[in-house]
Amino acid sequence: MNIEIIAAYAVSACLITGAFFTLVGAIGLLKFNDSMTRLHAPTKVGTIGVGMLLLASIIYGFAFAEAAIHEALIMAFLFVTAPISAIFIAKVNVHRRNCDMPPELPGDELWATLDVPVADRETQEAERA
Amino acid sequence: MVRLFRWLFPHPFLTVILAVVWVLLQNTVSPGMIVFGLILGIIIPRLAAPFWPERPRGVRLTKLFAYSVIVLWDILVANVRVAWVVITVPNAKLKPAWIVIPLELRQPEAITVLAGTITLTPGTVSADLSESGRYLLVHVLHTHDADADLDSIKTRYEARLKEIFI
Repeated sequence: MNIEIIAAYAVSACLITGAFFTLVGAIGLLKFNDSMTRLHAPTKVGTIGVGMLLLASIIYGFAFAEAAIHEALIMAFLFVTAPISAIFIAKVNVHRRNCDMPPELPGDELWATLDVPVADRETQEAERA
Repeated sequence: MVRLFRWLFPHPFLTVILAVVWVLLQNTVSPGMIVFGLILGIIIPRLAAPFWPERPRGVRLTKLFAYSVIVLWDILVANVRVAWVVITVPNAKLKPAWIVIPLELRQPEAITVLAGTITLTPGTVSADLSESGRYLLVHVLHTHDADADLDSIKTRYEARLKEIFI
């Protein structure tokens, strides 16, 4: 058993795990029937699916090709940007009332998305009608 | 002197991070690349300073590192759990829920990290913030006990973030 064979097994294991979770994410996206539950599928792909594929790439690079850790950067950028897109999709869902509405807040507070300036309320009513 | 330093380095951490990212992107560690990375690390935060006027007061790095390890582990565990839910639970039996988290954190940076953590752990997505920034809205994919989820987020993540951001 030399190091190259071990690396080959490690790369294959990472690729299979990554592919499996990406597949499950895609199944979730197709299967769920509500816009908010659907949003959960891509967050899964973004973390472990892509993470495992990148890990495979790192191991391959160190074992068989030029060593590089660019992949760690891809991971870092994904971890920073994925929640931003997720929160915007969620906000659009709440704003368009496409999903079950969130619970009311105590006191006079509103959720930021639902707090429409008085001047824009008519347009919003018209859009909804 | 202090004022010049503050003007030149509005976010000293950002300078270091940008230099490191630049060197990683080049994939070669050479003096020229480090110097160029530092130049970028000074120019970019300086140009971006008007959009981020308040500086975070400080971050406890060791605790931040421990927090990252915990979050990575949670992401692994939650991924398996959510994959199981996706494959086995039919749509009719799925119990999604909204959770309202009353926030004790006040710094925008800390709330951002908390919201990001919640979204990255599969099964929960942070959806909105209240007007005053005192409540965080979280959507849970499948839960039988929403209160338990709320408690775990508060004790596991928020309590630790309160110690990280001074």
